Amino acid sequence: MAEKLNKGPLTRHVPLGFGLLQLSTIGFRLRRTWQLYVLLLLPLIWLLIFRYAPMYGAQIAFKKYSPALGIEGSPWVGFDNFTRFFESPKFQPVIVNTLVLSFYAIIAGFPIPILLALSLNQVRWRFFKNAVQMITYAPHFISTVVIVGILFQFLHPRIGFTAILANAMGLPPPNWMGNPDAFRHVFVWSGVWQEMGFASIIYLAVLSTIDPALHEAAVVDGANRLQRIRHIDLPGLMPTAMVLLVLSTGRVLEVAFEKVYLMQNSLNIGVSEVINTYVYRVGLLSPVLDFSYSTAIGLLKGVVGLILIIAVNHAAKRLTNNSVW
Amino acid sequence: MDSYESNLNKVRESGVDRLFSFANYLILLVVTIIILLPLIYIVSASFSSPQAVISGKVTLWPVDFSLEGYRAIFEHQRIWVGFGNSLFYTVFGTLFNVVMTIIAAYPLSRDDLIGRRFFTLLFVFTMLFSGGLIPTYMVVRDLGLLNTRWAMILPSGIAIFNLLITITFFRTTIPPELIEAAHIDGADDFRTFFRIVLPLSRPIIAVLALFYAVSHWNSYFSALIYLKDQNLFPLQLILREILIMNSVSASMLVDIEDLVAREGLRELLKYSLIIVASLPVLIIYPFVQRHFVKGMMIGSVK
Repeated sequence: MAEKLNKGPLTRHVPLGFGLLQLSTIGFRLRRTWQLYVLLLLPLIWLLIFRYAPMYGAQIAFKKYSPALGIEGSPWVGFDNFTRFFESPKFQPVIVNTLVLSFYAIIAGFPIPILLALSLNQVRWRFFKNAVQMITYAPHFISTVVIVGILFQFLHPRIGFTAILANAMGLPPPNWMGNPDAFRHVFVWSGVWQEMGFASIIYLAVLSTIDPALHEAAVVDGANRLQRIRHIDLPGLMPTAMVLLVLSTGRVLEVAFEKVYLMQNSLNIGVSEVINTYVYRVGLLSPVLDFSYSTAIGLLKGVVGLILIIAVNHAAKRLTNNSVW
Repeated sequence: MDSYESNLNKVRESGVDRLFSFANYLILLVVTIIILLPLIYIVSASFSSPQAVISGKVTLWPVDFSLEGYRAIFEHQRIWVGFGNSLFYTVFGTLFNVVMTIIAAYPLSRDDLIGRRFFTLLFVFTMLFSGGLIPTYMVVRDLGLLNTRWAMILPSGIAIFNLLITITFFRTTIPPELIEAAHIDGADDFRTFFRIVLPLSRPIIAVLALFYAVSHWNSYFSALIYLKDQNLFPLQLILREILIMNSVSASMLVDIEDLVAREGLRELLKYSLIIVASLPVLIIYPFVQRHFVKGMMIGSVK
């Protein structure tokens, strides 16, 4: 009997004591590092207000929001706003435009920085290499407004560079900005023009980490430069390239919408209206502002985007063993 | 890399390699020229006369050299108000961004911070998902920030990419032993942070300041949605009106009677404006390029 009585507390003693010990170390560590939490406090408050409060506010996607009733007070309407979007004549073109523009931009924009990096990596003349790098990085630092302004002037149907060139060759001057068929090409290739240099930095960084012994061995074996690029440099870039590709396909619904918006006009609206510009137009530009409808479209985009990036990352992990997380 | 290049230089290049090398230089040269072409065209036109611009004579060299376009800018008050506003948003916005990023990144880089993974995830999640345009607008509105200078500064707060490179910087350049030693010597975390960590963080502070400053200087969209008062407009919004929407206020061109000349100046002004607006960034850029590159490299090392 006495044995039994003693046994209870004894058997319990170990886990209980262990828990207490753990608790007290947590307490100790908290007490020791409280100042770190003080530092973190302001950023956390900012994060909650400007990033998480909007997520809470996104509930109006399922409501009929009226400013008088507020976020909480407005009545629930279920998925009405979403079905309205699905049934809207805008739904199909907006989705198609977004996807076409995104995938075109990825297909054109993905390989070129890799090729540029491989090519720059072969240059031994330092001055030349530095000059090319400095010039190709520069457009990255020009603002979107100015870039689109440059496009307008450079491609101007009468006084632009391309018009003068066409005139000189006896061709009719092209009207790039007014032609809806040209919109996608102008958008994508001006993007390539602006970002190819800066996007190559990361690949150059990776190339500089490739073990020189590999190249030396290849040279001894009689491999020429092209063969070394193909069998040493390119495979070395693959993990980074995969990660970046995953990230960009995860963001297909975003597009560079600030630029799309600036390039938009009544002529090309049929191909240039993408999800984000539509959200902006419905939510903040139209005479009858529809916060709920706009939020619903934005939320749909956000959720699909989240699923997409997780799925693509998962696929990349399965296929290549490279992933973002 | 240098050593391997010099080793390889000793090996005589084969004919194939020399041909390849030549083609490579040629391709890079063409690429560089393509990048430069629009920029040269804009610069040339900006230094040409209105007549030459409007009659489509300018390609890659100024025609009838003139500074009329620049003169028109200097006389346009709104551009300078915009310039001043942009400077204000860039300086104070960047200050706010850098402070917030550093004080968030340091705790998150410390292994002994309980809940480190949770807090990091809290930040990183906002990279993958956001409440969206309208709900964010509503928060800014409800805080009473609409149409105030605060709306240009507070919402941008911390860019998650920058937070991640800063955490990486702290984890790789500040050894835990150093922090430990400071603690043993009796310094608390505040003291360690201000006396040891901050002085060692100058490179990352430079990188952050550059990244944030450029994005403030170049951004237009938050101003477009949050600001109504023209006196608060940053330069980029004024640029949008003139370059994209083609609206030059009549008062700027009032002293010119000739319609063609007026039309010419209207176009010429755009070229000079593109130059003036990009100049601050492009002047500083060559000096700070390596910092940007460094930042990108820290970002690539996970």
